[in-house]
Amino acid sequence: MLESGFPPCGMRFAETEVGGVTPEAHGTSADKGSVRQRAVRALADDFLRGAVKRTTERLRAGKKSASEDLGRWEDWRERGRQIRLHTIAHLDHYLRVFAENARANGAFVHFADDGAEAVRIALDIAAMRGAKTAVKSKSMVTEEIHLNAALASAGVEAVETDLGEHIIQLAGELPSHLIIPAIHKNREQVADLLSADAGKELPPDTAALAGYVRKKLRDKFLSAEIGVTGCNFAVAETGSVVIFENEGNARMVSTLPETQITFMGMERIVPSWADLEVMASLLPRSATGQRLTVYMSGISGPRRGDDLDGPEQLHIIIVDNGRSRQLGDPVFQELLNCIRCGACLNACPVYRHIGGHAYGGTYSGPIGAVLTPALTDHAGWNDIADASSLCGACYEACPVKIPLHDMLVELRRRKAEAGRSKPVEALAMKGFAAVMAAPSRYRRAIRLARVAVRPLSRDGGIRIRIGPFKAWNEQRIFPSLPEQTFRERYRTLEQELRAGLADLDEAVRHRTEERLMARLMARTVNRPGGMPDRMETEPEPDAERSGLPLDERMPGEMAATAIQDMTRSGMARDDGKPACNDGREGGQS
Amino acid sequence: MKVSLFATCLSDALFPRVNEAMVRILARYGIVPDMPDAQTCCGQPAFNSGYFAEAKRAAKTLLAAFADSDFVVSPSGSCTYMVHHYETLFRDEPEWLDEVRRLKEKTWEFSSFLVNVLDIRDVGATFPARVTYHPSCHGSRLLGIREEPLALLSNVKGLQLVPLPMAEDCCGFGGTFAVKMGDISTAMVGEKADHVLETEAEVLVGLDMGCLMNIAGHLRHRGAPVRVMHLAELLDEGVRRA
Repeated sequence: MLESGFPPCGMRFAETEVGGVTPEAHGTSADKGSVRQRAVRALADDFLRGAVKRTTERLRAGKKSASEDLGRWEDWRERGRQIRLHTIAHLDHYLRVFAENARANGAFVHFADDGAEAVRIALDIAAMRGAKTAVKSKSMVTEEIHLNAALASAGVEAVETDLGEHIIQLAGELPSHLIIPAIHKNREQVADLLSADAGKELPPDTAALAGYVRKKLRDKFLSAEIGVTGCNFAVAETGSVVIFENEGNARMVSTLPETQITFMGMERIVPSWADLEVMASLLPRSATGQRLTVYMSGISGPRRGDDLDGPEQLHIIIVDNGRSRQLGDPVFQELLNCIRCGACLNACPVYRHIGGHAYGGTYSGPIGAVLTPALTDHAGWNDIADASSLCGACYEACPVKIPLHDMLVELRRRKAEAGRSKPVEALAMKGFAAVMAAPSRYRRAIRLARVAVRPLSRDGGIRIRIGPFKAWNEQRIFPSLPEQTFRERYRTLEQELRAGLADLDEAVRHRTEERLMARLMARTVNRPGGMPDRMETEPEPDAERSGLPLDERMPGEMAATAIQDMTRSGMARDDGKPACNDGREGGQS
Repeated sequence: MKVSLFATCLSDALFPRVNEAMVRILARYGIVPDMPDAQTCCGQPAFNSGYFAEAKRAAKTLLAAFADSDFVVSPSGSCTYMVHHYETLFRDEPEWLDEVRRLKEKTWEFSSFLVNVLDIRDVGATFPARVTYHPSCHGSRLLGIREEPLALLSNVKGLQLVPLPMAEDCCGFGGTFAVKMGDISTAMVGEKADHVLETEAEVLVGLDMGCLMNIAGHLRHRGAPVRVMHLAELLDEGVRRA
């Protein structure tokens, strides 16, 4: 639970007293506006912007000092990237190994093609165990599949036990940050929510509010039949589920109830505990600037023999829901590398100004902008990928170096090539191409533009707010077009400079010749020179590293087929059939 | 040895003085670049919006223009980055990849060319003023150009370089982003301008006219008397003052 003075994972209280605007549907799954409309609304919410700015700046500063403290951060990032690339390229293999080992530990392992199936499996388990109450620790995948609503309609009360998640559950909202779901709520708003829940007035004081929730949740922990957790990493080597948390609620959820259901996105796998160490070094530092989360739990099966606590039955539901579709995709496969740390949200200037709800889905920020269209196969072809200036801060912040900025361009490309862009834009781009394809057209276009805007120029600037200048000149002044382009000027300037030319500086001559030589040499051994772009290395399958045997195979695409075979054949499935009540011996279908 | 100028459509049409400053600096070392007229635009506006075919039509003018050049120098980190990213743009036309890689090898952003190719960090400029530097996103993050402009500025006599708070934050230009998501862009440039004004600098300097045009346009709208200059302009003016 929330210890006062300790940096909590789920909860942030604001310093200011300014109340924010709370439009009815905003932040709920009922909000069907465009990203732009939601962004405009968010931009008007000064409280939200202040809260998001303060928190993301603090988290960024935390990440910076924690990564410097670790040292060799770039090496760690590259290592993390290689582990994730390798794992995803062989995802079917590692899922199989994980499932075998988890079952050998006595856990039930279920594979769910989509959200609906995952929910159905969970409801079957709940029915089988006669559950009335489920306590939940934080799990983004359960938000993605809208688990709580489904449990509620089946008569099972699902109670979020992470403080931030609890707050947004009471508010009926989606999380607005990957790590800090209630980032957008101030102390007063939280007090109002909890007071309504308590049936009495609670003061807007951290200790009092946290105390109320603690007491409420204690009863729920003790009475709940089911504990629902997420999974930060599933270790294939031992069939273990690993959970990172700060509040201790996941410990409660995974030790008190008789039945545990752990949901994991199918990509949340690492081959071995050695690989987990790299993730554990990268994730907390990237997320909040902590060296480690307060609790790190490795769960390798249900209660055994002398164990004093733990569930009688452990069910692990592995969720696909669009993830396997990314396998074999030349651009989006790398999306599955994400370790859900939230660093990209904290780095993103757009996120900082509009907050998480403007993205309109479970996942927000740069990762959300790519994940939502990718997982839903571009359902709706909305404008989410346009909410980015492509500054690359997300790529720079990502502990596993996912090139989100490139993926955003790819989303835009797929939308344009699917014929889904606005006709005006497509036409403008054709015009751009026609003009730029021929220098004579380009020169003519500039001459025309100069004539057109000359009467609009005043004092070196263009201030009108109509047509193409409207958006720009809302809060800026566009510069006037000079009377001559540079290339026109250079016709004479070049001659002037050559006439007054000093001899080529000796040192300069020497250096440029050296570089030309080096380039010629490099070309003969086929290595490009120039400035470094992002690394584009293929991961090497490494049979030695994790001590597990691997087939020789083409990564990605074959993994996708293999997973589909696996889930369809039902071999991987612990079916909706109730397991035998003697859970300890079971686990095999 | 053929050094060519990649003027960029933006600076060719709107900021010719930036290119002029750049060539004057190079001429001091005996380099007078030619400017092949076949070039129009690197294609980035179309590329960023996902219109690869259209972007390629522009890009091909650069490939043609610089086919025989040994070095190509540009006053823009963003346009230079675009050229360096042509492998992605042309990935469906592998017959172009060889030429694309050659162009990438020889294309340099101005400050990087001075420092990394010519090994020049001191152009002999004098510019007594309080100056702050905005590192454009593509140049700094994606091309790794961080030290070079700082090295050049640190050697300008009389120049007092004041760090810009949250310097690495995007100014909100992003090309078509400024128009398509104008409200968000305005919020971002407002924040950037706030930071610039916090420094109490007389001059804001940078490597990219896209960013600088954006920030300058907003500063002017707010009536702030900050002079916004490209690094080449500052160095050229500083050399003439010396």
